[in-house]
Amino acid sequence: MNTSQSSDMLTPQAEKILKIQRMQDFLFHKTTLFFALSVLITLLGIIISLVINAWPALKAFGPGFFFTVEWDIINGQFGGLIAIFGTVVTALIALLIAVPLSFGVAVFLTETCPIPLRRPLGTAVELLAAVPSIIYGMFGLFIFAPLYAEYIQPALAATLGQIPGVHYLFAGAFNGIGILCAGLILAMMILPFIASVMRDVFEIVPPVLKESAYGIGCTTWEVVNKIVLPYTKTGVIGGIMLGLGRALGETMAVTFVIGNAHKLSASLFAPGNSIASTLANEFGEAEPGLHFSSLFALGLALFVITFIVLALAKLMLARMEAGQGKKT
Amino acid sequence: MIVQSNMNASIYRARKRTNIIGMALSMFAMALGMVFLLWILGVLLVKGFSSVNLQMFIASTPAPGSEGGGLANAIMGSLLIVVSCTLISTPIGVLAGIYLSEYGARSKFAALTRFVTDIMLSAPSIVIGLFVYAILVAQVRHFSGWAGTVALALIAIPVVVRTTENMLQLVPGSLREAAYALGAPKWKVAFSVTLKAAQSGVVTGILLALARVSGETAPLLFTALNNQFFSMNMNTPMANLPVVIFQFAMSPYENWVNLAWGGALLITFVVLGLNIITRVVFRSKVQG
Repeated sequence: MNTSQSSDMLTPQAEKILKIQRMQDFLFHKTTLFFALSVLITLLGIIISLVINAWPALKAFGPGFFFTVEWDIINGQFGGLIAIFGTVVTALIALLIAVPLSFGVAVFLTETCPIPLRRPLGTAVELLAAVPSIIYGMFGLFIFAPLYAEYIQPALAATLGQIPGVHYLFAGAFNGIGILCAGLILAMMILPFIASVMRDVFEIVPPVLKESAYGIGCTTWEVVNKIVLPYTKTGVIGGIMLGLGRALGETMAVTFVIGNAHKLSASLFAPGNSIASTLANEFGEAEPGLHFSSLFALGLALFVITFIVLALAKLMLARMEAGQGKKT
Repeated sequence: MIVQSNMNASIYRARKRTNIIGMALSMFAMALGMVFLLWILGVLLVKGFSSVNLQMFIASTPAPGSEGGGLANAIMGSLLIVVSCTLISTPIGVLAGIYLSEYGARSKFAALTRFVTDIMLSAPSIVIGLFVYAILVAQVRHFSGWAGTVALALIAIPVVVRTTENMLQLVPGSLREAAYALGAPKWKVAFSVTLKAAQSGVVTGILLALARVSGETAPLLFTALNNQFFSMNMNTPMANLPVVIFQFAMSPYENWVNLAWGGALLITFVVLGLNIITRVVFRSKVQG
């Protein structure tokens, strides 16, 4: 039956209703489409506005901007290397510490944890992820940094600081704040993020696989290492990248404890700066001109780096889910 | 014992040892995570509790170095900004979510939107602040509560979009088909059937977005800025809890630092409270 036939059978009144409804549906479709589109437009808008505002600095300093150490507000010489270096190093320290720990948390929550405790403990991990980042910053500055200066820094200097080759990483005064401290606080922050993604992908593993491994006498550790981990590899890496994306863009937690010094130093104990902390500290006072535009260039660099990291994370997690769909 | 003699006892012992070490480390990691949570909450309670009193809710932020004062202007500012952010982001987020779920099953455009939304979920919030500064603050040449609202809305919308879409997709197709069979137009099906069935899930998403933006500081730094005085005018710079906490905590004045701890306690318990409420509401609804 085609539409003309069906509308022939309708009374004029019904036809009118039909017309109105078609009109309404059309509007509804376009309205929702418009709002979905607005998300894409926002992304484009962000990139375009960053590029426009960063342009004067990029033009003045060229691509060398991203590899220049100098950040001299008075003489108008700007380079992003210190901030980019600080951002990457703090994020890598955070990953180095948070990844094994979150793996442990995820294994505990999926394998060893008594069933009645799973839900409350899982919720607790998610709550840790929900704590606002400024709280981590305050906690880092007032509580963690003094302890870190008194115990962790001397201990590191006495052990790792004695090994030739890496000793320069742990040189300098024990003053609490610095690159390493920021990395540790970031680790604490991204641990729950990575742990909850890992737990979610571990739960995807078909019980049959695990049960057969247990059945032939594998230990829990072997099941995790040889069954769960290979099966969820992509998802686990995706989760780690998600954590990395968070760590790169984190502002408040880092600004409190990184020391905010425009210095490039080999020691992890030394204060430094990250892109986000530079923006948080200087943007409010920046005069329009090269300084202002250089800050936008840093913001652009941060956005592009995190965008790539997060995009890779998403693609990996999506592949994981697609694979799951095929297997079940 | 005969069975055991077939096994290589040393390998067996080594495997067992690895297992015990692995499991112990995993338990240690979990314990460490819990220690962090309890430590942070404990510190907040100990340091912040003494500042939480009636004064904090009725007095405005004190001048540098002076005694007394409270956070009334910051609390009011945060409330205004967060509430207007919710009012803006809810319709946009829900409608975009409806599009993705009801129209975008197989389209490339919807897949792209989904992908971008997912990335925007974790995009650095300080860059959102820069963006709003560039398009709003720099154009009108003054900081304002509205600019803060827009910045927070940009962070909240992706959360609402994704939860709405996920929740709508949980609604069984037969419900939609039944409504279509009765002759309901698509928009009516979406609003009165699908959205209604997924109501609690969508509300969860909105509350989660609310929890997420309540603690955001970075995007407010160069949008809403701060204001020492009590103000309800969204068109002027506006005090808000996160920025006040940031400023006060970094300051050398003891009174300011104490107030910052009070504010930190308040904000953390609001955010965690919202998170717990969403879980309870959603779970009871799903089970019921």
